[in-house]
Amino acid sequence: MDDDLYRAIADPTRRAILDELVDRDGQSLFELCSRLIMKHGISSSRQAISQHLEVLEAAGLVVARREGRYKFHWFNGEPLKAITTRWPANAKKR
Amino acid sequence: MRINLSSVPVDDQEKAYQFYTRTLGFQKKHDIPMGKHRWITVVSPEDPNGTELVLEPDEHPAVPPFKSALVEDGIPFTAFAVEDVAAEHKRLEALGVKFTQPPTEMGSMVTAVFDDTCGNLIMITQGGME
Repeated sequence: MDDDLYRAIADPTRRAILDELVDRDGQSLFELCSRLIMKHGISSSRQAISQHLEVLEAAGLVVARREGRYKFHWFNGEPLKAITTRWPANAKKR
Repeated sequence: MRINLSSVPVDDQEKAYQFYTRTLGFQKKHDIPMGKHRWITVVSPEDPNGTELVLEPDEHPAVPPFKSALVEDGIPFTAFAVEDVAAEHKRLEALGVKFTQPPTEMGSMVTAVFDDTCGNLIMITQGGME
């Protein structure tokens, strides 16, 4: 799970996806792709973005949920706690 | 050559007619019985001699799965231009229209995406490419 997390946030496109979900949670694949191209100049194919989302889902950072006929993507920051648990942000300097 | 027609595949022509006229505000141009279906086209009151939108039955077996796949990913079937996306969003939501994307700035455009109740998502746009 740890490796999944670090691999997931190591990629700039995946970090941009998380940025956009934090801006507005619960987006369709279409909205995410539109935001990536218009706001970040990331013109990857929908298929490529889908694959990035799968990596983020495997790391628990994104949850995809169906709502009726639509599928929306939600941000989940919970797994990020593992980082500051492991390396506390307020750790004392020796 | 010019583009005089565009079409949306609808699961029910009468429901579509009601939605595209009463809710969206387009007006009837043609409504001609064609066997078990109708040839229905609507136009924008802002451009009554402009491109007609055909409300076409989605009868071919390939069409419903195609439409569902687009809807699942939030992909609009087509797009209409409006003066003010935020105002349209407010007006249509008050009429019970479901949006999959609220008004969002996309570069020089503002866009939003709603469900036409007939199996399609439709984008409205303001600015940008006009």
